[in-house]
Amino acid sequence: MTRAKNILLGRSIVRGIFSIVVFLILWEVGSRSRQWLGADVFAPVREALGAMGFKKNYLPWIGAVPAPTEVLKAWVVVIASVGYWQSWYLSILRVMSGFIAAMIVGIPFGLALAVSRTAYGIGFPTFEMLRPIPPLAWVPASIIFWPTQELSIAFVTFLGAFYTVVINVLGGARSIDVRYYQSAQAMGSSSWDIFRRIILPGTLPSIVVGSAVGMGITWEVVVAAEMISGGGGQGGGGLGFFIWNSYVGGSYEQIVVGMISIGIAGFVSSELLRSLGKYVTPWLRMR
Amino acid sequence: MRYGVTGSVPLTRGSILIDDVVKIYDPDGAAVMAVDHCTLDIGAGEICMIVGPSGCGKTTLLNAIAGFHEITSGRILLDGEVLCSAEKPKAEPGPDRIVVFQNGALFPWKTNLENAVFGPVMQGKLSRKDAVHKGRAMMADAGLAGVEHNYPGEVSSGMRRRVEIVRALMNDPRVLLLDEPYRALDSLTKSVMHEALLEIYYKNKVTIFFITHDLEEAIFLGHKVAIMTTRPCKPKKVLTVDIPHPRDYSVLTSRRFRELIEETSDAVHEEALKAFQAGEKEG
Repeated sequence: MTRAKNILLGRSIVRGIFSIVVFLILWEVGSRSRQWLGADVFAPVREALGAMGFKKNYLPWIGAVPAPTEVLKAWVVVIASVGYWQSWYLSILRVMSGFIAAMIVGIPFGLALAVSRTAYGIGFPTFEMLRPIPPLAWVPASIIFWPTQELSIAFVTFLGAFYTVVINVLGGARSIDVRYYQSAQAMGSSSWDIFRRIILPGTLPSIVVGSAVGMGITWEVVVAAEMISGGGGQGGGGLGFFIWNSYVGGSYEQIVVGMISIGIAGFVSSELLRSLGKYVTPWLRMR
Repeated sequence: MRYGVTGSVPLTRGSILIDDVVKIYDPDGAAVMAVDHCTLDIGAGEICMIVGPSGCGKTTLLNAIAGFHEITSGRILLDGEVLCSAEKPKAEPGPDRIVVFQNGALFPWKTNLENAVFGPVMQGKLSRKDAVHKGRAMMADAGLAGVEHNYPGEVSSGMRRRVEIVRALMNDPRVLLLDEPYRALDSLTKSVMHEALLEIYYKNKVTIFFITHDLEEAIFLGHKVAIMTTRPCKPKKVLTVDIPHPRDYSVLTSRRFRELIEETSDAVHEEALKAFQAGEKEG
C-alpha cells in the first residue's frame, strides 16, 4: 500500500517537474525568438483578424516579456539589494497584521453569531450589508479614515480576510450535527461545556479552511493596496510597490521578479497554515 | 447458563411505562399524527425491540423518552417517576437514558477513549483518572483494546458502534435507547455486532429500547418485540420471545425462532405495505 503510494507520488513529482520545465522552455523560446512557439504560428489568426477589419496586432505579444534567464539574472542582482528584502518585510508585516487581526476579531464574532440569536439579529444584517463591498473599494476611505498609511493598508488586508473567516466560522458552527449536542447534553454537559467541547472543536476545521482562503485574499489585497498607495514617505514600499516601481522605471525583468516573489510568499504562507491546520485537527488526518 | 440471566429479569431499575402517548407534529398547521395513543410496558432489564416500517414514528417515541422532543398528551414513566406528561411535555435529557444514534454520534475530534470517559467526567461522577481506568477496562471487555487512542474515524464502523455503546454504558444508564444502530452495517458485521451487544448486555444489565425494522434482529435479541403500526404509530402486536437467554447464533436456526418469525412476519409485512402505499400517495 505504502509502496504503491510512493510510486504514485514519485510519478506525480516527475510529472510536476516535467510540466514546469516545459513551461519555462516555451517561455524562453517565445521570448528569445519574439514569436510564440519560436515560429509565427499565429500568422493565420492575425490575417483572419485583419480580414475582419480589426488591427493585426490585437494579439498579446510574448516578445515583450523578458525571458526566464533574463529574469533570473535580474533576480540575482536584486537579491543583494536591501530594498528588495525591505519590500518582502513590509508586505509580510502588513499581511500578518491584517490576517491576525481578522482572526482575532473574526473567530469570536462568527462564533457569537452562531450561538446567540440576539448577536445574530444585531450583527448579521450590517455584516451582510458591508460584505459585498470589495476590500479594494475601501482603499481611499481607509486612507482618509486611518491616521497613517501603514494602518490603512493593514486595515484593507484585514477586511480581505475578515469576511471569509466570519462566514466560514458561522457556517462551520451551524453545520455541527444536532446529535452531538443531544449526546453531550444527555451526558450532563453544561452550556459552557457544550461550547468548549462541542462547538469549538466542531468549528475548528472550518476555521482552518476559512483562514487558508482568507490568507490568499490577504495577499491579493495587500499587493493592490501597495500599488495604489504608492511609495515614498511613510507607508510606502512592499512587494506590490516593488512591481509598480519596476514598471514605472521600465525594468520589465524586475516586474516578473516581483510577481514570482509574491507567488512564493503566498505559497509558503498557505503551506504553513495548512500544516498548522493539520496539526490542530488531528482527527482529520486519517489512516 | 454462563451469566445466570434468563427470560425473566432480576433487575429493579430501568422499567419504562409508555402510557397513552400521543404526538402530533405541528398541531396548529399540518397536524401530522406521529404517535397515536401508544401504550407499552417495558420491564426493568428487558430488551424491548420496536419493529416498524421506516418513518412510522418509532424514533419519535425514542426522542420523547430521551427528552429531545415534546409529547402532545399521555405520559412516560421511568421507574414510576414521570419523565414527561401533558403538563411537562418535554423530559429532561439525562445520563440515565443514553441514546445510541442510527449513524453514530461519537465526537470525531475526541479519541475513542476520550469519548468513552466523556459522560462520567462531565457529570463529575468519576475523577478523570478513574474514568480512564474504567473506560480502558470496558473497552477491553468489548474487544476494543488497542484502539483507545485512535479517533473514531480511524476504526471500522462496527468498532465505532461498540465504542458508542461503551460510551453510553460508562454513564451507568438505566435505559439504553438504540435507534437502528446497525442499519448501516453489512450483514456479516451485523451478526457479529448482535452477539457483541448481547455479551455487553449480560455483563452490564440495563434496559434496552431498541428500534429496528429487521424482524430477525428483533426476535434474536429481544425479550419482547413490539410490532408497530405505520404512521401514526402504536403497538399492533406485542410478542414475548420465549427463547431463553443467553442466546447465541444457533438460535437463528432453531425451530422456535422460525415459528416466531412466521407468527409475526405477516403483521410486519402488512404495515410495511401500508407504509409503502402511503408513501406512493404522498409522492
